[in-house]
Parts: sequence; C-alpha cells; structure tokens
Amino acid sequence: MFPGKMDQFIDNLPPMDLMRSEKMTFVQLIIPAESAHRAISYLGELGLLQFRDLNAEKSPFQRTFVNQVKRCAEMSRKLRFFKDQINKAGLMSSSRTVLQPDIDLEDLEVHLAEHEHELIEMNSNSDKLRQSYNELLEFKIVLQKACSFLISSHGRPVSDERELQENVYSNDDYIETASLLEQEMRPQPSNMSGLRFISGIICKFKVLRFERMLFRATRGNMLFNQAPAGEQIMDPISSEMIEKTVFVVFFSGEQARTKILKICEAFGANCYPVPEDISKQGQITREVTSRLTDLEATLDAGIRHRNKALASIADHLTKWMNLVRREKAVYDTLNMLNFDVTKKCLVGEGWCPMIAKTQMQEALQRATFDSNSQVGIIFHQMDAVESPPTYFRTNTFTNPYQEIVDAYGVARYQEANPAVYTTIIFPFLFALMFGDWGHGICLLLGALVLIARENKLSTQKLGSFMEMLFGGRYVILLMSLFSIYCGLIYNEFFSVPFHIFGASAYQCRDSSCRDAYTIGLIKYREPYPFGVDPSWRGSRSELSFLNSMKMKMSILFGVAHMNLGIILSYFNARFFGSSLDIRYQFVPQMIFLNSLFGYLSLLIIVKWCTGSQADLYHVMIYMFLSPTDSLGENQLFWGQRPLQIVLLLLAVVAVPWMLFPKPFILKKLHTEVRQPCHSVSGANCFRLCNCLYTTYDGESQCFSSCPAASLGRISK
Amino acid sequence: MYGFEALTFNIHGGYLEAIVRGHRAGLLTTSDYNNLCQCETLDDIKMHLSATEYGPYLQNEPSPLHTTTIVEKCTLKLVDDYKHMLCQATEPLSTFLEYITYGHMIDNVVLIVTGTLHERDVQELLEKCHPLGMFDSIATLAVAQNMRELYRLVLVDTPLAPYFSECITSEDLDDMNIEIMRNTLYKAYLEDFYRFCQKLGGATAEIMSDLLAFEADRRAVNITINSIGTELTRDDRRKLYSNFGLFYPYGHEELAVCEDIDQVRAVMEKYPPYQSIFAKLSYGESQMLDKAFYEEEVKRHCLAFEQQFHYAVFFAYMRLREQEIRNLMWISECVAQNQKSRVHDSVVFIF
Repeated sequence: MFPGKMDQFIDNLPPMDLMRSEKMTFVQLIIPAESAHRAISYLGELGLLQFRDLNAEKSPFQRTFVNQVKRCAEMSRKLRFFKDQINKAGLMSSSRTVLQPDIDLEDLEVHLAEHEHELIEMNSNSDKLRQSYNELLEFKIVLQKACSFLISSHGRPVSDERELQENVYSNDDYIETASLLEQEMRPQPSNMSGLRFISGIICKFKVLRFERMLFRATRGNMLFNQAPAGEQIMDPISSEMIEKTVFVVFFSGEQARTKILKICEAFGANCYPVPEDISKQGQITREVTSRLTDLEATLDAGIRHRNKALASIADHLTKWMNLVRREKAVYDTLNMLNFDVTKKCLVGEGWCPMIAKTQMQEALQRATFDSNSQVGIIFHQMDAVESPPTYFRTNTFTNPYQEIVDAYGVARYQEANPAVYTTIIFPFLFALMFGDWGHGICLLLGALVLIARENKLSTQKLGSFMEMLFGGRYVILLMSLFSIYCGLIYNEFFSVPFHIFGASAYQCRDSSCRDAYTIGLIKYREPYPFGVDPSWRGSRSELSFLNSMKMKMSILFGVAHMNLGIILSYFNARFFGSSLDIRYQFVPQMIFLNSLFGYLSLLIIVKWCTGSQADLYHVMIYMFLSPTDSLGENQLFWGQRPLQIVLLLLAVVAVPWMLFPKPFILKKLHTEVRQPCHSVSGANCFRLCNCLYTTYDGESQCFSSCPAASLGRISK
Repeated sequence: MYGFEALTFNIHGGYLEAIVRGHRAGLLTTSDYNNLCQCETLDDIKMHLSATEYGPYLQNEPSPLHTTTIVEKCTLKLVDDYKHMLCQATEPLSTFLEYITYGHMIDNVVLIVTGTLHERDVQELLEKCHPLGMFDSIATLAVAQNMRELYRLVLVDTPLAPYFSECITSEDLDDMNIEIMRNTLYKAYLEDFYRFCQKLGGATAEIMSDLLAFEADRRAVNITINSIGTELTRDDRRKLYSNFGLFYPYGHEELAVCEDIDQVRAVMEKYPPYQSIFAKLSYGESQMLDKAFYEEEVKRHCLAFEQQFHYAVFFAYMRLREQEIRNLMWISECVAQNQKSRVHDSVVFIF
C-alpha cells in the first residue's frame, strides 16, 4: 500500500528545470547550397544545434570548404600581426566602436592585404633608419667614452698607459686595407712592436666573456678598458632597450688584430674607429651629432605616420577579428556537412534540444528568405543509436554552479544534475568554514561592486583571475550572505564577539570577578537568544565548546549531504527504470551509511537534547571493538546495546550486498545477450543487443528509449 | 636500488615523467603521416600540422612557406619542450637532460669549424646549427686555427672539454682531421654518458645501456662503411669505436678489417639483435641501411615508454621528436619538389 502511494507521490512531483538535462532530438538538415552559408551563420547565432562531423575520415585539406578556411586563417594571421604591431607601438586597442558599414569578407581580405603591405614597407623603412640611427648613436657614445680613455692617459704623463698611447703605430699598407678601423698614425714609429687599439661597443652582459676570450686569444698581450655607455640603445629585433658597454682594446701585431676582429664579430660587438687627434675627434663628434638630430627627426616622423596608420587599423580591429573568426567557424561547420548525390544540397546531422525546434525552424526560414532561395531548408527528426549529448539551459546565476559541477564530471544525458542543489549547498558549506560576519560584509561589498558594474564589465575583456571572479559574482554574493549568517551564529566579527542580541547569559559571582577563571561564571539569565554566547570568548573552555559544536555540526551536515547524494542515485535509477541499481546499490548504501554514520548523528542529537555527558568517541569505537559489552556510563537511551548490535550486523551485511551481486548479474546478462536470442522477434532483438552494447558500462540510459527491455525487467 | 624506484621516483621525477609522457602522446601517428603524404602543397602540410602540437608554432607564418621554416618551427617546439623540462628538473635528471644535448654540441662544433675552413660566413653557419647544441661562445670557434687553439680558446668552457683529451694536436685543421675529431669526441661522449647512466642505476641504467649500446654499434657500423676506401688505417678505425655495446670487443676487431659492405653485413649477422635489420635488405645494398637503423632505433625508443620510473623516456622522447622532424623535413621536401613518389623512401613511422 505504502510503496504505491510513494510512487504516485514521486511521479506527481513537479519537474525541475535543471534537474534533468534537456530532451534532445537528432535532426537532419538538407540545405540548398545557395543558402547554406547564411543558414549556418544564423544557426550559429542561435547556438542550439550540435553538428556531427560527417567527414571525420577526411583530413582537413580534403574537405569542401578548405580554401575558405585557409583564407580565413591567413586573414586572422594578418590580424594577429596588426595586433602585435599595435601592442608594440604602445597604442591602446580602443574599445570605442566606430560606426562603420558592414564589410564583407572579400573586401576585408583586400583591405587587410593592403594594410599589411603598407605596414611591412613602413617597418622595413623605419628599421633601416633605426639601424643607421643606432650605429650613429653608438659611434657617438664610443667617441665620447673612448676619448676619455685616451685623454686620461694623455693627462698622466708618467703612467704606463701614456707609454702605450705614445706607441700607437700603424704602417702605411695597413691603413689602405683597414676598412673598419681608421687608425690615427703617428709620424714617428718609436719602436717596432707597434701598439694599436680597437674601440667599439658591446652588450653589457657579454663583456666578461668577451674580455676572457680576448685574453685567451692574445695570450694576455692586450689591455682591455671598458666604461658603461650611459645611454640605453634599442635592440632592433626585440625593440627593447639594452645596456651596452664601450670598450677599447690595446694590442700589438697584425695577427692579433685579425683575431680580435673575428672575436668582435662573433660576439656581435660593433667596432668604430676613433681618431687619435683631439681636434679631429671634435670635428667627427659634431658631424655625428648633427646627423643624429636629422635622423631623429626623420625617425620620429616615420613613427608618427606609422602610429597613425596603426591607430586607424586599431579602430576596426576588434570588429574585423570577430568577423573573421565567425566566418572561419561557419566554414569549419560547413566542412562537417556532406554533399548529397545531386551536389546541389548540403546534408547535415546534429543534436538539438526539443524545445529549440521552433526557434531553429524560424531561423532556417529567415535564412531561406534572406538568401532568396527557391527551395526551403528541410529539417526533420531522425532516430539515432548513440546516446544524446547533455545540455543544460543555464543563466548567469546557475552557470557558475553548473561549471563547478562540470569540473568534477558532466552528467550523462538526462541524469540527475547536482548543480540544482549546489546553488545553495556550495555557498552554505563555504560559509560554515568562513563564518565571520565582518569578513562576510567585505565579501558582500566586493560581490555588490561586481554586480553593480555588471553591464560595464561584461563587455570588457578581463584578466583570467578577474574573469573567474566576475563569472562567479552571484556565487560570491550567496557565499557572503551565508557567511554573514554563519558569522552571526558563531558570533564572530573579525574574530571578535559582539553583544548584538542582548547581554550575555553568564555573569561573575561577585563584582571583583576574581574567581572567573577558577570556578567559572554562573548562569543567571535565559540562554543567549541567537548564536554563541559572547562570554565563551576567551574562556578556558572556549576551544572545547566551539570545537564540539562545530565538529558535531559538520558531521550532521556531512551525513545529511551524503544521504542526499544516495537519494539522488535512487531517483536516477527510478528514472532509467533500473531496479538492479535500486536493489543492489541504493538500498545497501543507504543501510551502510545510516547504520554507522546515521547512528552517530542520532547520538549527537540525543546528547544535545538530553545534555548527557557520554563520550561519543568511546561509544562508536567500542561499538566495533566489543559490541556486546555493557556501555556503562556512556549509555544514552534504553536499548542502545541491542540496537548497536543490530546496526553493526546490518552494516556488515550491506558491504558484500553492495559489492558482489551487481557485477555478476551484469556479466550474466552480457553473456545471455551475446548468444543468439530466439525468443524475441528479430528487430527487437537487434535493438536490444545494440542497447546493451552501447551502454554496457553498467549504465542504462538507453533502456529508457529501448522498448524491448529494461534492465530491471531482464533481471527478473 | 633496482626494483624500488617506485618508492621514491615520483618525489622528483614524477612531474616531469608525466610531462614527457604527455608530450609523447602528441607525436604524430601513422594516420597523420598518411594524411601528410597526401598533401599537395606546403600550405596543406601547415594546415594539417595546425591541428597538432605544432599548430601554435606555425600559425603566424606568412603564406609562401619554405621547408626550412617548417623544420625551424618544429625544432623550436622541441627546444621549448626541452627547456621547459630542464627548468623543472632537479639533479640528477638535469644532468641527464644536459647529456642529451652534447651530441648536438659536437655536431655544431664540427659544423662551424668545417664551415670556417671553407670560408663560409659565420652568421650563416650559426643559423644552420641545431639550437639544442648552442653554447655561449660558439661563434668564436671561427677564430681557432688548430685543435689546440680550438680547445684552449673556446671548448675549455664547455662540457665537451673533458672529451677533448684524446684529440688535442697542433696539426692544422682539415676535413679528415675534423671528421676524426668528431668521431673521437662522439666516442668519448657516448662512453661518458654510458658511465653516467650506469652510475644512476636501476631501470635507467638498464634501458639506457641498451639504447646507448645500439647507438654505439650504429656509429661503429657507419664509421666502418664510411671509411672503406679512405686512407684511415685499421688501427685508427679501431680507435674510433666506443668501448661498449654488443660489438665490443670481438665485433670491433672484425669490423676494423672490413673492406666492403658485405663483410660488415657478415659481421653484424653474427649478432642476433641485428639480424632483423638485414632481413629486408639485399646484398651489397647500403642506401637503405640508414633507414633500417632508424626504424630499429625508433622501435627501441618506443619500447622505453613501456616501463615506468626511469629517465630513458626523456632520451627516447627527444630522439623520437627529432626523428619526427626529419620525417617532416623529408615529406615537405618531397612535396615542395614534386617528388611525391619518393615520400615513403625515408619516412620512419613512429607509431
């Protein structure tokens, strides 16, 4: 009598939206070639149809619309190039949308090619300029620094360096071959050793290795002077500013010269000739400086011009990117469709939710109308063997919860969806751990800011972390509300208790409060009306009181939560009509959980209600170790010992009941089905076999649509 | 502690082993190769590769593609993988990973030295170097005139320095010398690597000694075949063989006296693991030997993934990726030069 009523009650429950995923249907589309593009893009805007790849065996470049896809890829490459250039130039890609006429793909392609060409040309020009600018700048720095070496050595008449300087010597035939270095000659060669120098500039981080290498190559017969350049020079490749060091190497001999030049080349050090004569130095410096200013002006003009071009691109960039991305998606989808025999129509298959059918038909009609097609698009339902995809209709509130649940695993088609319960349980469990109404208010303010600026933020591109926060703004809102609530119960405001709901129920014995920590307080009022009494704070028994309260509460919530999960599995089994799951999974699980942990919860509640001093650890542990012994002072209610023995036996029985029968029954069913079945008529038999194979992993979603059998009926 | 790696391996090596196994799952499969072989243009190849792990590396290349670009970008992917692993590695795995690159370093040194000898531009040579074998002062190699200088100036700072002890001479560099230097260095490198792996012990030592022995034997055979008909004496030839591997020591004696390819074959067929290599080759054929060796090598490297808790997977992955890049290069060349009939000549399927 009772189970019948129960069934009736469950059947009459109103359906929950998110509880089961949408009913899906397998549809076939036959689209005339002329309206295909438009139809797919309209369907894409709707986003309610999942296409099946009908050309899975073809490689990407053998598909029909491969050229269009390639063109889109090429265009997006160009767009990425523009974006990169814009970022390098330090221009903000403006979020303001310029009103502009809709541009179609062909025009855009031409447009982009023009822009790219223009940009590349400008870049190469400015690169050339930049290079000569860098060279001049480096020359200038080398002149300044190297001169200071040379002059300082002149200035100290007795020093060794002066000696070296005096000896700088070049012979005549050398000066003709020297292209890179222009050595200043001294008319009177003082000795035959011939000391010369090479000056140049090198990246700062290479100096040490450079010096070591020079030392080795010349066997120590050289003098190395260096000074920081002072100015940073732009690296032409990465366009970053790098620090460089000016160096002057003194050496002797022709062989050493070639070696040093080779090493300079290998280290990417640029050598510049520095004249010995001070007046000549001054002259060259002036020349270089004037050319530098000229170049700077040209370079600046070039950069301004380029920035202007880039800025005009930047205005359109987002729109173009969206357009190209959309086109590419459309062609990628078109590549999933098949041509029919006549080559005039495209055939597509896919899954769509039942409720979206009218919307889709409307979109398809619109597509036919807009593309002036003679023939309409045919849209009809089909049967499919495979199981449908899971699709939940979510909104901004439920979406983050659905994502949290999906992170653990996506529910099968029409399986009960835990996201429904997660919407409340997740923030609530968070708040149990984060119960503090001060912190809760901070969190609430943050959530409110996010929600208040919803319209603005949703159009902006946020960082990955911010995006996560923004996506979960309603989760945070609920979390904060619950933590304020729990914080009030815990009576904690930044860990400080407040007397919000009146004065404490406890007071000291006398006015001096001397024995508050030895004997304790006395209760002289009704219990605190809401939450924890503030007097517990700082008392000697605070920790044991709060621990016992929070821990026991956690056990109660945990057991309730687990029960909810198992009960959901019952609804699942019921929905899919699998009595096997109910009998050999749900029932023993329920018994096992509740005979151990359910019993513990019961003990906790009884202890709370009666105010007993029983030690629940002791009760639980000795329930396993020596169930027949008497409980002594830990007895909470009459008949506890026999009850414990019964519960223990039930739990012991539940374990093999839960683990063994189900796999064996499934194996038996499997072997039965693989044998040719004569009893069932042909078609049904095939159907049944199919169902069993597709869902053999012990799940039975297909049975609900398989009229011949449900697992429960077979197992009978 | 052989057999007990499972207890402690994951403390330091677990993350990277997972990473390398993930990378291995990204290697191209036979169906990928079949698709690639059907490509008509290099753009098709790019398009196909864009669906693989190479995608991000190729997507920003403008359209007239060249084989060198494809190879360069694919190598960049390998180098990035390697660098990522090296950054995460702790001792002794980091040393093990560094050992893998020494082979490329030797090749690069030889490339630069030979190039300078033939008066090529250093920048051009540097572009041809394998990025895994780069070291700081590699460009300075061009300064050196003989082995002694080469060592004293540049290589003394590199990990290759100890391997040079055997080949320091004051002779001027010429092609023959350089080739001998390459092989002497390689010999020293392989022996050092072998010793290092033996020191690591456990499954690493077991598997790596197998892989390195194969490598050493292959080099021995290649040296023999390439030195037939040159002025290299038997003793010199004998000195270039590594002192481990299946051929060591008796096979080396026999290889040293070989005068033609069939004699080499006769020597090798005495060793059961190498019999299968010759099963498909006809007598006197040496062209296909390389491919046969590559196929055998790939097979062994794939097998390295069958066991867990050892370092050989890193070595195997790097080698497999390199083989894959060689395959891609061959396919792209065939496609670019319209020689599609020859595509299958040199492609070694990895899976």
